[in-house]
Amino acid sequence: MSAPSTAEAPAFVAKTKGGSITDFVDQRVGGSGILREFGRKVFPDHWSFMFGEVALYSFVILLMSGTFLTFFFDPSMVETHYAGSYTPLKNVEMSAAFNSSLNISFDVRGGLFMRQVHHWAALLFVASIGVHMLRVFFTGAFRKPREMNWVVGGVLLILAMAEGFTGYSLPDDLLSGNGLRIIDGVIKAIPVIGTYISFFLFGGEFPGTAIIGRLYMLHILLVPALILLMIVLHLFMVVVHKHTQYPGPGRNDGNVVGYPLGPVYAAKAGGFFFIVFGVIALMAGFFTINPIWNYGPYDPSPVSAGTQPDWYIGFVDGALRLMPGVIGNFHFEYVIFGHVLTLNVLLPALVPAGIIFTVLFTYPWIERWITKDNREHHVLDRPRNAPTRTAIGVAGFTWYCVMWAAASSDLIATNFHVSLNDVTYWLRALFFIGPVIAFFVTKRVALALQRKDREIALHGRETGRIVRLPHGEFIEVHAPLSEYKRYKLVGFESPAPLPAVPNEHGIVDRKEKRRAMLSRLFFEDRVAPATPAELEAAHGHHEAIESAEAQKTLSH
Amino acid sequence: MGNHSDGSPNHSGTVATAGQNEVEKFQDPGIPPHRLRLADTDPRAAKRAERQVALLFGISVVGTLIFLVAYFAIDLGDGSSIATIRLQNALLGIGTAFAMLGIGTGIVHWAKALMPDHEVSEERHGIRTEEDRLAAVRIVDDIVEETGIKRRPLIRNTLLGAVALAPLPALAVFGDLGPRPDDKLAHTMWAPAGGKLKRLTRDPDGTPIKATDVTIGSAFHVIPEGLNELHEGKLNAKAKAVVLLMRLNPDSLKPSAGREDWSYNGIVAYSKICTHVGCPVALYEQQTHHLLCPCHQSTFDLTQECKVIFGPASRPLPQLPIAVDAEGYLVATSDFHEPVGPSYWERDEHERTVNS
Repeated sequence: MSAPSTAEAPAFVAKTKGGSITDFVDQRVGGSGILREFGRKVFPDHWSFMFGEVALYSFVILLMSGTFLTFFFDPSMVETHYAGSYTPLKNVEMSAAFNSSLNISFDVRGGLFMRQVHHWAALLFVASIGVHMLRVFFTGAFRKPREMNWVVGGVLLILAMAEGFTGYSLPDDLLSGNGLRIIDGVIKAIPVIGTYISFFLFGGEFPGTAIIGRLYMLHILLVPALILLMIVLHLFMVVVHKHTQYPGPGRNDGNVVGYPLGPVYAAKAGGFFFIVFGVIALMAGFFTINPIWNYGPYDPSPVSAGTQPDWYIGFVDGALRLMPGVIGNFHFEYVIFGHVLTLNVLLPALVPAGIIFTVLFTYPWIERWITKDNREHHVLDRPRNAPTRTAIGVAGFTWYCVMWAAASSDLIATNFHVSLNDVTYWLRALFFIGPVIAFFVTKRVALALQRKDREIALHGRETGRIVRLPHGEFIEVHAPLSEYKRYKLVGFESPAPLPAVPNEHGIVDRKEKRRAMLSRLFFEDRVAPATPAELEAAHGHHEAIESAEAQKTLSH
Repeated sequence: MGNHSDGSPNHSGTVATAGQNEVEKFQDPGIPPHRLRLADTDPRAAKRAERQVALLFGISVVGTLIFLVAYFAIDLGDGSSIATIRLQNALLGIGTAFAMLGIGTGIVHWAKALMPDHEVSEERHGIRTEEDRLAAVRIVDDIVEETGIKRRPLIRNTLLGAVALAPLPALAVFGDLGPRPDDKLAHTMWAPAGGKLKRLTRDPDGTPIKATDVTIGSAFHVIPEGLNELHEGKLNAKAKAVVLLMRLNPDSLKPSAGREDWSYNGIVAYSKICTHVGCPVALYEQQTHHLLCPCHQSTFDLTQECKVIFGPASRPLPQLPIAVDAEGYLVATSDFHEPVGPSYWERDEHERTVNS
């Protein structure tokens, strides 16, 4: 128990070794204030808080494995002939980049392992950011005062995707080369400057000899530096705001309930780094990822069937697949004033991603405008207690997933033995109706769960014990909840719609009317938390389960 | 809209609370009483947990040893097979996984079973104090006031102008990242050089193809004669020039006006570069005479001059006019009559120039 306590006067001589080391450092750099502030800082604990940690730890692993790879990787497109130990490619003409990637895989001891760790960690990095953002969205953690940190998180997601894509292209293999060619095709579709951007990016015509070196610089310097900067900002704001907590007994917007940073929280979070590392190492050891030796060097002529980008680019690729180039006799590519407008590429490449990121970045402000809720929130919402927000989130997620699935339309068709065209037609339909269905189903499920919570709060949990009453009626005995468990089910807010309010000139303007309409959409269907009076009433008529059914307060 | 439990909407309209009456709400019972763990009450359980943690750390040591043994004992010499590499990779993975998971699970188990697990509550402090806020606003106002930027619009406007123009040199510098496109995308290697028509040759070895080699139903991946001999820009040239050569029953081809002599005996050649975003259209369905792009599934019908019949492409694949030379080899009688590959802003202009 040598927990350093440094609050004492400088004349104090620490009795423990840990204490004296702390004192030594403190007398030179003065860290005692920081330690006093953070050493025992309380952190709330919940399994869903670990996704952000996974992202952070994946990034650390990426930095470590990536550094190893740079020692051996040659980002050059100079032509060379393979002379390494993988015989099927002996003497094949390839770029120095692909050659060195093969050498890392087959001739550097542990190189293949490092490549696989790096690639798996990259996939996990983007995935954990995505899941973390879903958690933050569904629990309302983006609300005041954390809107700016939500935006920083969104920027991190984009940077992570950019980092992933630039890295994916570096080995200069057939698969990633075709990916680059698709990017080139999309860039060329940009009006007015597209052709120029393409030529400037590739240093001339595709593929040229410059792109790998340029992507390499972006991949190992610029983008990681930006990611690091954003992570620092992100964590700084987490410290400023303190962590959010889930609702429950003893938790409110004015406190933080959890474990102190030292030792419990630090041990759990620190230990978790090793667990993430271990899981990535297992995947890297057993599951082959990106076997570039099977793809071969980049050549503009061949392509393998079932080509796919890494998963996080999939939704854009899927959107490209879903867009029809021709409907009836209408061609989405048409000539306007002698110039070509390629809407069949531009629309799917820009519009869905544009909508997703615009809504993502602006959502905290949209919701704040609708609810007029300017308070600080440190207690999270259970997703069911914000049915409309949850429904919006699931609708957006469904939309994303439809596009993502479309990036595998050919594999779906071959694996399930269905027609490729039918898969595309279905996905095109789902692209439009999927989010709508998801919205309504989710909202109903959330409201139903709220009603279930009310039921349990008022009548207790079902024990499964059936009792026959003297007059012959059968009832199931319900066991009452403890007040702590009950508070978790009833301690939430259920805002009512906020009607339009006249502004300072006494006029209800159109914007305010629109806001009121959205507020009605948000909160018209609501379940109010159970109240003590209702609990009293429920106890009074405990035998009358039927009448309690009728008391459900779903208004519609 | 009958809400049973909420009052009438809050008329102040500032805060979207449910209009709940404080009396009607359940009171927060506070943090639930602490429950002791087995290891807190039973010294034997604590000792057991201690041994479990130590065991997990021990597993980590074993993992590190596995890694080191796998690293040094398996040598990747010249003769090593892919199976050896796989084995080493798996062992390195197991070793690292044990080493890391041992430490990780050990520490987490230690924290969960033995470290104090009392939940504590800490007050949140405001991010800022009202006093600071007022001071900050005043400071900002003072700074703006002292610069006099509001009173001196001339300074403000010229500064804005200068700052707006200052990034232009940076843009100009990026202007040399690559050459200007000019009409490079409009031409391929197929254009006859020095009056000599280019032969169609096999990809990748470059041997010429005789018309008699092409049987009905077959398909050839084709590159222009001389591509393999290029010393510079070989991939650039190839990226535009690759062609698919197929032979159909001549009756099933219905060439449009001007294209009657672009095929030979049912043999047709089309650009292999998809008009969508440029993937190679590599799949030929012999039975249906469809060409399918494996990237985004654009489907082109050979019997309708590669018209788009499905998928995201909007334009037919460009056709390469071919004929047979004196020795019976297939040759291209001219370059493509339009730019190949994905569309770009200047494409229509280029197409008109090529055809004029």
